[in-house]
Amino acid sequence: MSGPPAEPAARVELRQERDVAAARLAVSRVMDAMGARALRKTRFVTAVSEIARNALDHGGGGVIEVWRLDRPARIMIRCRDEGPGIADIDQAMTDGFSTARSMGKGLGGARRLVEAFRIDSRPGVGTTVEMEARP
Amino acid sequence: MSEAASIYKVDKVLLVAIRDNITDTDIINLQEDLSERIVSEKARGVVIDIAALEIVDTFVGRILAQLSAISRLLAAETYIVGMRPAVAMTLVELGMDLPGSKTALSLSHALRALKAKGLA
Repeated sequence: MSGPPAEPAARVELRQERDVAAARLAVSRVMDAMGARALRKTRFVTAVSEIARNALDHGGGGVIEVWRLDRPARIMIRCRDEGPGIADIDQAMTDGFSTARSMGKGLGGARRLVEAFRIDSRPGVGTTVEMEARP
Repeated sequence: MSEAASIYKVDKVLLVAIRDNITDTDIINLQEDLSERIVSEKARGVVIDIAALEIVDTFVGRILAQLSAISRLLAAETYIVGMRPAVAMTLVELGMDLPGSKTALSLSHALRALKAKGLA
């Protein structure tokens, strides 16, 4: 995954549960600053919550960075963890697959809520998720 | 009682106000507190107000479904109120339409329904 050039508009370390709420708030603020519509913001922030919780629960913590991109205007996040990785991504993206406490709709749900979704996971290395949406 | 949610009693109804940025631990504490109070206060109705929640993700959605189920098993009719339109649309897309939960648009709607059944 090639990174965006600019410095992120926000960066949140995911070390404990409260940090998931902090990640939601950070993304919400960036989208407010972009003049995002309520439904688009709700969808994207919900997806961010799923991904952040996933990084915390399965990846042992991580970091979320948020960018504002231009032409066309959109928000992008990248969530990285250095956890055990996901052995079978296709299976993990399927509704109903759960190894922890969600209903197994988290990853697949997040993908449905955003306009672009990329996941890269390597066993023993970690998982990186990138998501984009218009404001 | 956890700080991220408050339980108030009005007549025979327990009102649960859930605040934004509630954590997983808070929600689990809330389940325990609410189930104990339903029994100790002989509540016949429960209203869970989620108007303060900007989003409901799959974890919180599951907890809401569980709170409703626990209350129902303890013979208290439960309503979830104050859901924002964008939250409803997002939950449907997540495949979480809370099939076992009753909803009402507002607290007053839920109280009216409970009173009509003699539960408030």
